[in-house]
This record gives sequence, structure tokens and C-alpha cells, in this order.
Amino acid sequence: MGMDRMGPQKMEKLTPGWQTFDHVADIGIRGMGQSIEEAFENGACALFSLVVDDLSKISPVRKKKIACASFDLTGLFVAWINNLIAISDMEQMVFGRFSVAVKETSLSGIAIGEKWSFEKHGRGIEVKGATFTEATVRKENGLWIAQCVVDV
Amino acid sequence: MDLARLKKVSECVWQIPKSGEMRVPALIFADSILLSEMDEKVYTQLTNVACLPGIVKAAMAMPDAHWGYGFPIGGVAAFDPDQGGVISVGGVGYDISCGVRCHRLHIKRQQLLPKLDELMNELFRSIPAGVGSTGKIKLTVAKLDDVLRHGAIWAVDKGYGTRTDLEFIEEHGRVRDADPSKVSITAKERQKKQMGTLGSGNHYLEVQFVEEIFDKKAANTFGIEEDDVVISIHCGSRALGHQIGTDYLQILGAAAKKYNIPIRERELVCAPIRSQEGMDYFKAVGCGINCALANRQVLGHLTTQIVQRVIPEATCKLIYDVSHNTCKLEKHQVNDKMRKLYVHRKGATRAFGPGHKELPKAYREAGQPLFIGGTMGTSSFMLVGTEKGEELAWSSACHGAGRSMSRRAALKRWKGKGVIKALKKQGIILKAASLRGAAEEAPEAYKDVERVVEATHRSGLARKVARLKPLAVIKG
Repeated sequence: MGMDRMGPQKMEKLTPGWQTFDHVADIGIRGMGQSIEEAFENGACALFSLVVDDLSKISPVRKKKIACASFDLTGLFVAWINNLIAISDMEQMVFGRFSVAVKETSLSGIAIGEKWSFEKHGRGIEVKGATFTEATVRKENGLWIAQCVVDV
Repeated sequence: MDLARLKKVSECVWQIPKSGEMRVPALIFADSILLSEMDEKVYTQLTNVACLPGIVKAAMAMPDAHWGYGFPIGGVAAFDPDQGGVISVGGVGYDISCGVRCHRLHIKRQQLLPKLDELMNELFRSIPAGVGSTGKIKLTVAKLDDVLRHGAIWAVDKGYGTRTDLEFIEEHGRVRDADPSKVSITAKERQKKQMGTLGSGNHYLEVQFVEEIFDKKAANTFGIEEDDVVISIHCGSRALGHQIGTDYLQILGAAAKKYNIPIRERELVCAPIRSQEGMDYFKAVGCGINCALANRQVLGHLTTQIVQRVIPEATCKLIYDVSHNTCKLEKHQVNDKMRKLYVHRKGATRAFGPGHKELPKAYREAGQPLFIGGTMGTSSFMLVGTEKGEELAWSSACHGAGRSMSRRAALKRWKGKGVIKALKKQGIILKAASLRGAAEEAPEAYKDVERVVEATHRSGLARKVARLKPLAVIKG
């Protein structure tokens, strides 16, 4: 579970963590980890870093279960992010901790967070959906990277 | 973009000749400067669109084109169902029917200025804006289905605005090809609390004044004079449209495989129009359009109520409501014959010329008004559709300035409070739900809208009517 990895990854050389990256009109999110699961969890942190001002202020109050599948790993990452966007919208919640298990191209996971309070968490930008632009899940120098551009 | 790869047709029309698997050539409407600054991805994406089955005449890009999802933003393409034509998620995008409506207040700038602060405070308090905001309207899934079937007509029936408004909305406020059963429960659940909300990102409510009139006759038709005050509202189908895009990316992805349609980019997934999947998507898009039309109608009505409360001498009549991200069934002339085509406009505005029977009677002689959003600190424009636009690009034109700088780069360069301060120095009030959003939307992060509009005008896609200057802005 990504309990202790809430913090942006700024180094050029990628290490486990998360970061956002440039896109001309929108913005990219990227999670890095020792495993596919860790990369997916960190990618989710990158997503919510856009929505709130400070991820560390999200308390682990409620858990939401998420299950999704796709035809490949990249599709699975996009589906994971889209499921998080939908649940956040429907439940008016924000999440800062995640735990996933990936089996081939299926995922079962938990997002942990709380009801969104603008006073407590601040307000960033609305993410409309995860896209396949610059979407990839790959292993590079022993590190798993999961990323995509999100439409904002 | 490398101009050497393009064939110059005229000053503002350039062609990518048909080659390889392209079924038709591609056309880019822009001057040489806009073109040289346009990213290469526009070239790639346009040639990909030109390869799709059933495409008619050309794949087209408007002057504000930039890298999009499958289609470039600013991409226009028409498909003939009789020729195996397809419908594509990339040609519509995630914010279905995102668009702009513009109201005229029948007061001059000088009459407004003493009351502008109060007006903006009231509008900012009453118009839900920003990520996570919810409206006062709470709907069940069953009631939301009524919205998806009836669009702005639903809103008027519920007391948001008047019947007269409907005449001044594309499709008279409702597209008929909308079937709520083709929209997922997730999409509906996401939308239940979002009706009557502005959203965030590049969405806005802007109080503007008419700085300059270029076409007096058209301006007179649309009821505006120099120094008049107008209010423009830019937003779309909110969460519902986003979820329809996400859902059908999967469904049409599977359909493209089933029907053996080669896909060059994952978001260019498509299905034959005459397939179950293709028709389902078209009817879901219809729901997204109706949702956006209803949403803007509610916001327009809330705005009208506040304007009339704060400034009793003002009115707040709707000039017109245009949509950007759509796929619509339209009749167009192809080789001297009228054909029914499915016209995709991704980040492009429908721009019917004079005489089109879809237009309200009051505008039929002049043509359809268009509203081209600039930035918080520069200008927006009112244009009018032309007959030439029908010949050139299925009656389509640009939709905005387009970003020149990424959101991350803008965040590094500006702070929200600094942007608010800088605008204040120019005499522009900015009310922002998110300071981060304000920084990302800094005027300098956008391209020069004047050049985009000039290229639209010179190419003949649409004609300039008026320049609008911002006085105050609400950003989500």
C-alpha cells in the first residue's frame, strides 16, 4: 500500500513515487514503483495531487473498493484512473492512499480517503477523464512506470 | 509544423495531399504563422482521420487546431453512412457539447461599472464553480433521463428561462437522437448533483463589453452596439459527457476490432454509423448534448435573475448558444447532391451561413452568430457564419484561442494571486474558485486569439462581427 509515498517525485532519474508531466493543453500523471501495483498506486496519488492542494491532508477515514479490467496493462491503468475519478465524483470523496492487486489485465483495489472539504483539502482542478495519450505501463531500468495524460 | 510538407491553396487554406492510406486529402485553415507554430501532432492526427472509412471531401483543422485525442482539437470531419462512414469518440471528445452562450444586457459599460462589484459578488455566490462543486438541482436517475431526452426544453419547463430562449439555442434546445438507455448508470450517477454547475479548467462566466464593431449590419441583427455589455458562459455536459466518452472508448475500441477498422491512435476508435455500437454512441452523444444545453440554460437563467436583481434597468436576453464538441446529422451538398452526413466537430463551432432553415427567423438573413473565447485578459470575438463556410468546411469555424503553454509551465511561472492582481491593474475583476486554476489559465498561457479569428475571417469560414473585452470573470 502506498502509505508512505505521498510526495512528488522531482528527480530526473526515476525512483518510486509520483509526478506530473507536461502536455500542451492538459496534464500527465505518472506513478513509479518496484512493482506494477506500486506504480498504479503512485499514479493514483499523482491524480489526486491535481484535485486537492495537499495530499497529506487527506485522512484515511473511509475505504472504497474498485475492480476493473481491460485488454492490456495500459488500458488497465487508464481504467483504474477513470474508476477513481468516477468514485470521487459520485461519493464527493478524495483519496490519498491506495492498495491494488493486479492479475494479468484485471485489478482489484482499495482507495482510502474521506469526504472532500474545500477548507481542509483545498481545490485544484477538475479532471474529466484519463486518456490514452502518452499512456503506457512499462518496466524501465528495473522500475515500473504507469502514466497517461488526463483531460482537465 | 513544417510548411514544406503542405500545399498552399490560398493565404489561409493549406492542403496535406492524399497519400498512402489516406482516403481524402486534409485541409488546414490557418495563416503561415499559426501553421508554423502548430504542433506536428496536428499533421499526424489529421492524416489519421483522413484514413477513416466513409470520410467525405477532406479531414479539416480550424485555425486554433492543436494536439488532441485521436482528432486534433479544432478537427472537423464528415462521414457518409452510405459509404461505410464511421462515428469516432475522438471526433467528439470528453466534454460533449462544451460550448458558449452569450446574453446581451441592453446597458452600456458606464451604467454597469458602479454595480460591477456587487454583480460579481452575487454571481460568484450563486453560480457553482470549480472542481467538486454541486448545484442546487438534485436529480434522481429517472429525472435525469428527462434532461437527457429534452435538453434545454426540460430546463425551461422547470422554470429556468423562457420558451423564447429555445429559438436561440442550436437544435432549438434539444437534439432528437438522444436515448438515455445508451448512457451508463455511472455516467448518470456522476451527473445527478452537477446540473447547473460551471466546472473548472477553461470554463468561465465573463462579463464583457463590445469594444469594436466590424460588421454593423450583423451586429444590429444580434442586437449589439459599441460599449454594450454582454455576458458569456462557457461550459459543457459536465461529468455525464466525460463518462460517456470514457465508456464508449472501450465499446468502440472493441467495435473497431469486430468490424476490422484499422486504428492508428487509440482514441480514434470508431464504429460504422450503421452498426449497433455506432448508433448507440450517436444516441449517447445526443444525451450529452442535451445535458450540456440544459446545463447552460440553467446557468443562463441564474445569471439573468441576478443581473435583473442587481441592475433592474438591464435585461439579459440570450443572443445564441453554440456547441463545440459534437457529432450531428446534417444535410450538406456533395457534388451537387444533398447528402445526410455525420459531421464531427471536435473543438470547432457549427457556423451556418445566411438562409439556413435551422437558424432563428431573426438571424436567417444574417447567418448564425458564433462566440470565440479568448483569455481572461485579452479579447473574445463574435463572428457570423458564411455561405463560403458551407463550401469550405461543412459550415464550421474555430472555437477559441488554444493554449500555447502547458498547465505545469504556467503554474511554475505564475501564482493565482499574481494573476488576479495583474488583471485588476487592467481593470478586470477575477473571481476564482481555485488559485491554482487562476494561475493555469493566465492570459499569457494562450495563443493570440486575434490571429486565430483573423485567419478564420480571411479564409471565409466565418466573418468578424465584434470584439468583446472582459470586465470581470468567474473561473472554476
